[in-house]
Amino acid sequence: MIHSLFMINSAGDIFMEKHWKSVISRSVCDYFFEEQQKANSPEDVNPVISTPHHYLIHIYRENIYFVAVCTTEVPPLFVIEFLHRVVDTFTDYFGDGGETAIKDNYVIVYELLEEMLDNGFPLATESNILKELIKPPNILRTVVNTVTGSSNLADTLPTGQLSNVPWRRAGVKYTNNEAYFDVIEEIDAIIDKQGSTVFADIQGVIDCCVKLSGMPDLTLSFMNPRILDDVSFHPCVRFKRWESERVLSFVPPDGNFRLISYHVGSQNMVAIPVYVKPNISFREGGGRFDVTVGPKQTMGKLVESVVITCAMPKVVLNMNLTPTQGTYTFDPVAKVLTWDVGKINPQKLPNLRGNISLQSGSPPPESNPAISVQFKIQQMAVSGLKVNRLDMYGESSPKKSFSFEKYKPFKGVKYLTKAGNFQVRT
Amino acid sequence: MSNGGGSYNAQNDSRAGSTGEPDMGTEPTGGFFSADYKKHDDLKQMLDSNKDNLKLEAMKRIVGMVAKGKDASDLFAAVVKNVVSKNIEVKKLVYVYLVRYAEEQQDLALLSIATFQRALKDPNQLIRASALRVLSSIRVPVIVPIMMLALKDSVVDMSPYVRKTAAHAIPKLYSLDPEQKDQLIQVIEKLLADKTTLVVGSAVMAFEELCPDRVDLIHKNYRKLCNLLVDVEEWGQVVIINMLTRYARTQFLDPNQQDVVADDDKNFYGDEDEKDSEEEEEDEEKEKTPPKKPYMMDPDHRLLLRNTKPLLQSRNAAVVMAVAQLYHHIAPKSEVGLVAKALVRLLRSHREIQHVVLSNVATLTTIRKGMFEPYLKSFFVRPSDPIHVRTLKLEILTNLATETSISTILREFQTYVTSSDKDFVAATIQAIGRCASSISEVTETCLNGLVGLLSNRNEYVVAESVVVIKKLLQMQPDSHSEIIQHMAKLADTITVPMARASILWMVGEYSDRVPKIAPDLLRKMAKNFINEEDIVKLQILNLAAKLCITNPKQTKLLCQYVLNLAKYDQNYDIRDRARFIRQLVSPAGEKGALGKHAKKIFLASKPAPVLDSSFKDRDQWQLGSLSHMINQRASGYSPLPDFPATAPDPTVRNVEVNPWQQVPMPWAEKTHKKKAGKPKKEAFYSDEEEESESESDSEESSSSSSESGSESESEDDSKSESGSDKEEKKSDEEAESSSSSSSESESSSESDSDSDSESEPDTKPQKKTPPPKSKSSAKPKKEAKQEVSLLDLEDIDMSSTSAPVPTPASALDVLSPSLASDLQGLSINDKKDTAISVTTPMFVSTTSHELLHRMTGEGLAANYRFTRGTCIYSTSMVPVELTFTNHTDSPVSNIRIGEKKLQAGMTLQEFPEIPTLPGGGSMSVSIGIDFKDTIQPANFQICTQDRKYNVSIKPPVGELLQAVTMSEADFTAQQSKLTGMNENSGKASIPSQHNNSKTITSRISELANVAPVFSSQDGLYRFAGKTVSGGTLLLVTVKVGEDNSASITVNCEKMAICSMLVKEVKQKLSQA
Repeated sequence: MIHSLFMINSAGDIFMEKHWKSVISRSVCDYFFEEQQKANSPEDVNPVISTPHHYLIHIYRENIYFVAVCTTEVPPLFVIEFLHRVVDTFTDYFGDGGETAIKDNYVIVYELLEEMLDNGFPLATESNILKELIKPPNILRTVVNTVTGSSNLADTLPTGQLSNVPWRRAGVKYTNNEAYFDVIEEIDAIIDKQGSTVFADIQGVIDCCVKLSGMPDLTLSFMNPRILDDVSFHPCVRFKRWESERVLSFVPPDGNFRLISYHVGSQNMVAIPVYVKPNISFREGGGRFDVTVGPKQTMGKLVESVVITCAMPKVVLNMNLTPTQGTYTFDPVAKVLTWDVGKINPQKLPNLRGNISLQSGSPPPESNPAISVQFKIQQMAVSGLKVNRLDMYGESSPKKSFSFEKYKPFKGVKYLTKAGNFQVRT
Repeated sequence: MSNGGGSYNAQNDSRAGSTGEPDMGTEPTGGFFSADYKKHDDLKQMLDSNKDNLKLEAMKRIVGMVAKGKDASDLFAAVVKNVVSKNIEVKKLVYVYLVRYAEEQQDLALLSIATFQRALKDPNQLIRASALRVLSSIRVPVIVPIMMLALKDSVVDMSPYVRKTAAHAIPKLYSLDPEQKDQLIQVIEKLLADKTTLVVGSAVMAFEELCPDRVDLIHKNYRKLCNLLVDVEEWGQVVIINMLTRYARTQFLDPNQQDVVADDDKNFYGDEDEKDSEEEEEDEEKEKTPPKKPYMMDPDHRLLLRNTKPLLQSRNAAVVMAVAQLYHHIAPKSEVGLVAKALVRLLRSHREIQHVVLSNVATLTTIRKGMFEPYLKSFFVRPSDPIHVRTLKLEILTNLATETSISTILREFQTYVTSSDKDFVAATIQAIGRCASSISEVTETCLNGLVGLLSNRNEYVVAESVVVIKKLLQMQPDSHSEIIQHMAKLADTITVPMARASILWMVGEYSDRVPKIAPDLLRKMAKNFINEEDIVKLQILNLAAKLCITNPKQTKLLCQYVLNLAKYDQNYDIRDRARFIRQLVSPAGEKGALGKHAKKIFLASKPAPVLDSSFKDRDQWQLGSLSHMINQRASGYSPLPDFPATAPDPTVRNVEVNPWQQVPMPWAEKTHKKKAGKPKKEAFYSDEEEESESESDSEESSSSSSESGSESESEDDSKSESGSDKEEKKSDEEAESSSSSSSESESSSESDSDSDSESEPDTKPQKKTPPPKSKSSAKPKKEAKQEVSLLDLEDIDMSSTSAPVPTPASALDVLSPSLASDLQGLSINDKKDTAISVTTPMFVSTTSHELLHRMTGEGLAANYRFTRGTCIYSTSMVPVELTFTNHTDSPVSNIRIGEKKLQAGMTLQEFPEIPTLPGGGSMSVSIGIDFKDTIQPANFQICTQDRKYNVSIKPPVGELLQAVTMSEADFTAQQSKLTGMNENSGKASIPSQHNNSKTITSRISELANVAPVFSSQDGLYRFAGKTVSGGTLLLVTVKVGEDNSASITVNCEKMAICSMLVKEVKQKLSQA
């Protein structure tokens, strides 16, 4: 399946390579570089490249190309999904998956890659298992290791991989037992010039932070599970139970994980919490820019952290604007206007207006730039999803016969609505 | 750990166990080669030292070199010594190094082999596994035999983890030495039979890499794979689904070939579970009237579709895609729509996933338009999309365009046209052209829109529009002369060659509509001829020739002029063309025979171009495959076979036909434990114990295996915490927990995802227990029915659903089967060394024989039936099910077996006394009889409270047998041992309508409890069984000749059985 992996930074250096079968010369990356040259931006490189003898499948994340080399037929998504899992693991281990982090922790990286893939076929990809095999670095451990000369490879070998709950390690113990659930929804929308919605849908996730002792068995139920019509689950969720009762029943992994992600389709009505009234016009040598933002269907909640960005046409030389609220910056190189609005006060709507100056001699652009909007609304899930209750059946020690040492965990649910890919055409 | 060592870039830092903070400042590659020699000496010294942290430090730096792709091979000798290091981390890094360089330094690598061989015997399963992993990753051909041995040991290892590693080792070994293929396939066969979810994924992976065409290995495991699928780890799921897609294409009929049964349409939307089972019932009903319905979905086909559907909800895009392609390739048309939603969901993912998904969706939309129509808006382009995603989305939008959606799409396209990305604009214009050509209603609108674009300021937009307009006009040239005029004017301003060429071609083609402009245009072009691009020049020539024919008066000279210019052009093609045209339009002298036809040649009506999706041809590839992505054949791609015209024998998949055999029972585990517990005395490490448990798990019947597996695992955990518990206590507890899990099915505290899936078979036999409230539990019941129906046993069906009296389940009745399967597992254990193993019967008879007539019994009737399972009381007994029915109104009490008058040696195990049988009620019990391999009847008495009845059971010879499986080779080997007196043969003529493999197989298995043995010869059928009591082997061979005559041979040491069976087979086969 996956034969080799090359990591290439933005400068085009192959700074790490790993081979799971026999060694493939790094010159195979030349085909990749060739393809990269043709592309305008790093994202534009075709993820699947065919060369005479190999197939290069890559992902681009954290400014690094992770290029996997395959020699035979393999489902491309298999490789792509795996590569993303690799980067996720790095991020999980080192805080970020960037080049510096990888270089700093190259031994761990190498050991991880060794564990994750055997002969090109994924072996252990669950972060809980990997963490038992290879301890993630932290400052305290580093100090201790330096002083005592011990290593941070686990002395005892993990049992998790062998159990039927491969995502959870055994013998978890906490003094404070807590379970937090974040219901985060992002609104993807395209709004047209007139302010009507061309397309809108909601992408939601429930991220959990579960720190419970033993082998807890949780059941999460919703007030209105009908909303969840298109869902994907973490493997721990019992599908049958969901099908029949519409409750999420699961033995959670330890720590942070994404329980479900769901999609509320464009068939449903989606409340659009903000509106943007743009008025951009160009003429020979200059133009006017006037944008107002206001709250729309916010269900009485405050719209916060509003940021408006607008990629201006290349001919724009500079912009001279006055905001009634917040601050704005214009990057004359990338031609990006960013206006950090902050909170929207319904009484006094934020507005940004002023003049645009164009390069002299060049014709004014024919089309107006699209505006993208960022915002956050706390304590609201725009789809209306509400958690009903969380029940736990847990034993702190799974096998002390019949003694169900019950503990009362601290439970919490948080809702948040954000803008995802929220664009206004002007 | 790494922070404890030098940083990735620090080359010169040779201090041992250096700083905690990585040195980020050192330059990326400098100082490496300069200090090369000294440096390596340095490392060697560190490796030779006896301090672990010096070694560790050295190893870390060496791994750093490996990671960067620097050559570290000259350190091999120094490193390989450390393979024996006690320090786990050093050891691990040495492994990393070894795997990388062993291939280059084969001789030295051999030094390390002994260490691995030792580790392969380590009591810790993880050490065994890692030793096998490294050993198999060292690509040194000399050690192939050693690897082979290690591999063979490991596939029967007790730990599933080691077996998984073994599965991974198979392709490695194969790539090292392809000659081992046959042996390796045998190993794969063993692994495929494994019932642990951990192993099957990897086993199928190995199967796919080595022998993807050996479908015969899958038959027996097909249903198991389908049932385990949900619980396999995600990567394994992808591989299994892909394999099963191919399997389904070879084994089932095309569901779309003929008109699918109407009910299939019903479960397009909504809750399919119930409908499915309903549908299946209907299917099964229809099966009774076979000739009328042309297509019936194989229940196994349905099983696959049903079990993969939940995986559409996986978080792993690859799994979702795999299911989508499975549905696309093997599901009935009406059901494929299900996958659309899941695929659309994936579009929110990373851009690479988007790209792959979109290109697959693009292919799907060319074939199945309606499927994605509801999701049209999800394919709207965003300015932030990368270019390849945008083009794919355009493609999809165009494919989806219909009369109803076209207005929305066109409005979208209008906004795209104003984009600043010119390539994208061009692509949009082409897309508009395609929409216009495919939907006649909007052709006019599109054309006007495109003409509008002709006045765009951007030249590329105009040029692209011209090209597209040309194509559109070609389809309906009438009534558009003003557009042609307009475009002719554009020729003055536009500079893009392709657009100019298009204009010229159009003016030439429709010159009769613009008779004044055309000659003028030619004049202008002729003036500038030498400066034009090649394609434009060619079109000028064309235009000249056409005008010369239609309007020679005005253009003859111009044409000559152009031709003369072209004659001296640099380009061959243009010179050629000029020469060719000259001959046609202005023939010199008399020879111009061609000239007469010039008009026909130049002014023939040209067919309009077909604007087709570029994804049209991609459906030849399997969806989701790499080959599909790159639209060319990737190495190792095997195309999906077409559905067979007639379905291959579906009975090959029959393995676990007896649903009663699969109940996990509280005390099954207990007895089991006691047996398995024995080796514990020698066991030293806690692992060992776990292994022995998991080992026995895997040999239990499938349903109970994973369940008990999970228990033994968690059990082990507690054990490691609290030392060793008392064994008894443990098993009690286990009994407790498993009983709770089977009754509450899911809510037990220990249940995990495994028990979810397991709950399905679990609940099946519990038809008499009060049904759980949840809706899901309704389903297994139906399934139980369905599974029975596979065998056409309507009787059982009836009795199981419409049992007249809701008798409380007698403990015995429910519990016995699993005990049986438990025992069966044990008997396999004993037989491990031979390749012959007891298997479940092919067929279980439902007809019962009368034991006691109700007249004789004064209202109490008794029937008996041979269940063909393994007897719960003793393996040498034939299990018999007795059913008592009380035909009177008053209850009968104290039913039991009284005096037994058995032949010498025969034994009979009686059933526990039935206290009362209410009036009108009936009850089944099982007894076991050891017939000592004779057909002597067993005579005994049935007693009630006040009466005694003499009854007798006479076994048919076929019921004295037990089905066994063996390979063909074993069969022939055993047969050759049983000749002479032990062979008995006869001849029969089979009625021609029954002369097919299915009937013969089913008839024989009806007659006797034997299992078919794979036969490589046509017309040769082999069956194997053994006598229940003596365990002597019995082999049946039926050879069908050309004239419907069959020669029957039975080989068995028991001559009496032999001759009787021949007689019976003869009779059975010649039945009309």
